[in-house]
Amino acid sequence: MENSGVKKYTFKDFTSDQEVRWCPGCDDYVILRAMQKALPEMGVNKEDVVFISGIGCSSRFPYYIDSYGMHSIHGRAPGIASGVKLANPDLSVWIITGDGDALAIGGNHFIHLLRRNLDLNIILFNNEIYGLTKGQFSPTSLVGQKTKSSPYGNTQPPFQPVELAMGAQARFFARIGGNTPKEMTQMFIDAEKFKGTSLIEVLQNCVIFNDGCFTKYTDKSVRQDMQLVVEHGKPMIFGKERNKGIILNGLKLEVVTIGENGITEADLLVHDAKEQDPTLHQMLGRMQDPIVTGIIRAFEDVTLEEREDALTAEVKAKSKFKKVDDLLFAGETYQVD
Amino acid sequence: MSTTKTNKQPEILQAVVIRFVGDSGDGMQLTGTQFTDTSAMFGNDVATFPNYPSEIRAPKGSLYGVSGFQVHIGSVEISTPGDSVDLLVAMNPAGLKTNLASVKPGHTIIVDTDSFTKKNLGKALYESNPLEDGSLDNYRVIEVAMTSLTKETLKDVVGLENKSITRSKNMFALGMVYWMYDRSIEHTIDFFKKKFKTKPQLIEANTKVLNAGFYFSETLELIPNTYTISPAKMPKGTYRIVMGNTATAWGFLAAAEKSGLELFLGSYPITPATDILHELVKHKHFGVKAFQAEDEIAGITSSIGAAFAGDLAITTTSGPGLALKGEALGLAMMIELPLVVVNVQRGGPSTGLPTKTEQSDLLQAMYGRNGESPVIVIAASTPANCFDYAFMASKLALEHMTPVILLTDGYIANGSAPWKIKSVSEMPEISNCKIKEATENWHPYDRDEDTFARNWAIPGSEGLEHRVGGLEKDRVTGNVSYVPDNHEYMTKIRSEKVKRVANYIPDIEPEFATEGDLLVIGWGGTYGSLYSAVKEMNEEGYDKIGLAHFNYINPLPKNTEELIKRYKKVIVCELNSGQFANVLRMNFSGIEFLQHNKIQGLPFGNTELIEKFKQYLS
Repeated sequence: MENSGVKKYTFKDFTSDQEVRWCPGCDDYVILRAMQKALPEMGVNKEDVVFISGIGCSSRFPYYIDSYGMHSIHGRAPGIASGVKLANPDLSVWIITGDGDALAIGGNHFIHLLRRNLDLNIILFNNEIYGLTKGQFSPTSLVGQKTKSSPYGNTQPPFQPVELAMGAQARFFARIGGNTPKEMTQMFIDAEKFKGTSLIEVLQNCVIFNDGCFTKYTDKSVRQDMQLVVEHGKPMIFGKERNKGIILNGLKLEVVTIGENGITEADLLVHDAKEQDPTLHQMLGRMQDPIVTGIIRAFEDVTLEEREDALTAEVKAKSKFKKVDDLLFAGETYQVD
Repeated sequence: MSTTKTNKQPEILQAVVIRFVGDSGDGMQLTGTQFTDTSAMFGNDVATFPNYPSEIRAPKGSLYGVSGFQVHIGSVEISTPGDSVDLLVAMNPAGLKTNLASVKPGHTIIVDTDSFTKKNLGKALYESNPLEDGSLDNYRVIEVAMTSLTKETLKDVVGLENKSITRSKNMFALGMVYWMYDRSIEHTIDFFKKKFKTKPQLIEANTKVLNAGFYFSETLELIPNTYTISPAKMPKGTYRIVMGNTATAWGFLAAAEKSGLELFLGSYPITPATDILHELVKHKHFGVKAFQAEDEIAGITSSIGAAFAGDLAITTTSGPGLALKGEALGLAMMIELPLVVVNVQRGGPSTGLPTKTEQSDLLQAMYGRNGESPVIVIAASTPANCFDYAFMASKLALEHMTPVILLTDGYIANGSAPWKIKSVSEMPEISNCKIKEATENWHPYDRDEDTFARNWAIPGSEGLEHRVGGLEKDRVTGNVSYVPDNHEYMTKIRSEKVKRVANYIPDIEPEFATEGDLLVIGWGGTYGSLYSAVKEMNEEGYDKIGLAHFNYINPLPKNTEELIKRYKKVIVCELNSGQFANVLRMNFSGIEFLQHNKIQGLPFGNTELIEKFKQYLS
């Protein structure tokens, strides 16, 4: 997208006339608002923005953004978005999906989308539950979790989206709590600026069917101690007192306290989001106490559309076929007189 | 064919059917294709029928591993690959066993005697050697030790692997057949030069073996005569031999150029449709975006995305793939985007008979989606007119803002025939429903008054931002609507939109008798079989039998009922249990539709059709 000639917008320009129909108190409102605030800051024209969603609570999202949008079918947003982007690489394409949509019914499309690396963005609303069908366990629900379809406790071990993403060669993975709108806005802008597929996992509270599922990480009172917010090039420090940090001990990440056992800030890991090897990114993503939020991985790589464009240009330059007739009348033809 | 001739003057034949059979690694498809191309270039009319197993290299010598290629060439009009065979070339006992019943008694069989070993006879479940036990007495058998003759021919060629040597024995057979039918070997030698550009030893080897077969026949006393088939009378023009799948791909290229849109294909490999993908991926020079997706669903959904973004979007598949695409096709119908879905039908249900032909997806195409979700359904009927119907499918999709299903089948998709090449400039214009900017009071579901097509506002167009989706839409704004009356209205208008396509397609024109005693009705890939049967009957003096072959299935041509009523009896012939007959019954009450059906994975035979039609005429 060319920055020149981009019009000025405010969040109102991206607000559609549709009444938002999520449950009161849902984090989805926060995400919508953050997006509406981020879009004017991205340097893209409104008519070039396309939101594609699947099915689920989150997937109503496109209706509420005044740009182009499609509320499609369950799990299939990645295919549709890929088609949009391949047809017109100049568009800013966003996939809105949830843990059921992306990781269960659409799991196959999700991993292939990541491996291909089109320049588009995915917002994964992870609430560890099926909301729209009223409370069944999802592929991220915890073992033992009691839901409408697991009244005695869930027996299916969950995916960690980060592991699935890294296994599928995600180039950009970020995570954020659903109650931090300001940081979220910036993260959406960063995702758009990143060239390649950006995946953002939002830890999104479902007030009705899974209320409080992330409270132990996201609640204001514990957030600083329970979240390590990583930033590229910065040491991994967290905690209310900013005195906790992460070191690599053997093959494990370990939480340490600065000033204890001779640990200084210089001993801490410095975050390198741009590293090609995803091993450390995956280890960070897997941490439970604290969890890691922020942009965990941002490795820039060739995109699918770049590869396709280059190949097309090369074939076009070499080809003797300029018009379809050149093909139809070439080769083994013969005359009947 | 008589065996008494001794001079070398070629005997003139009108038409001949030749079948090459062997192991699936014996190169029978290539051999048959070469004979076909050479004959077409000579000026014959041709039709082909490849028949091969779904295993890539089935165990050698097995009955189920036999691969065959049948070609019908003539100085007269040829509309089918033929029923029974004048010449069978059998590279092994299994090929002989599985194909003998098709050979006309008294006609010729060429066998590679080297392959008639005890082991191979056993694999073909022969208790005794048919070359020795008198079971072939009714045929003229030409026994040739092809494998050893090929080895002998190549003993001095440097740099050949053993495998390449034995593999080229098919060229020995081809050389023999070229000589028998008075054909030049030049075209095939040119082919070697292109195919093996970087492997000169293979050019040399194949040319040597082809020549050896050719001259072996000349000196062989067992082949006392040669035959010739004069060029056929065909309309003047530039021709080429084209396979149905290739023609389908080219029809889309032509439609993209004509419409000024870029072509997007989202597809997942599936027999027998994959050759369309193979063809279209080659054409990046025309800006074709061919996307091999992770599955059938992503094949269609990526196409839906491309259609939303303004491309001419297509997806190609076969029956099981269409089943997987069903939900997404419903979405495309609901959001009213132009999309072409090609279903190259194969034997079903389930995995069915992947490499065999059938017309059993008609009802799936018509109704295989949840809710009431009509789409346009059209069918190509010959390898060559796959070009026209791919083009028309694109035109209808773009002009009516609706998905179109194009049905072909394994028989015409893999079959080849001469095609009088059509320039893109000869094809009809294609318009589309794109709008550039919003007029006052613009809505995404504003419709054309005549077609009911909605307008096509594509991302990137300022002021036309809008949302679509699978939820029911308000009739004007396109916003989500659960209003009861609105749903009924929208259901009806989506149906009416497809019905109105009848105003834009040609009437059905009967061939042969335009009224009379019996109307033969067919659709899709059975055209050649039905045409040649009805033609033959008319030539025999049955002048009250006509043929109405349908390419437009949903909607039907407007004159369908009127046409049918001109005949005393109507028989619907299909390679299924009667799906089109039922569609006709639903549309036209009070008419008795007789049926002739075949569900064997094979096309209709001429004789079976004629017998059937005569029954109904008596």
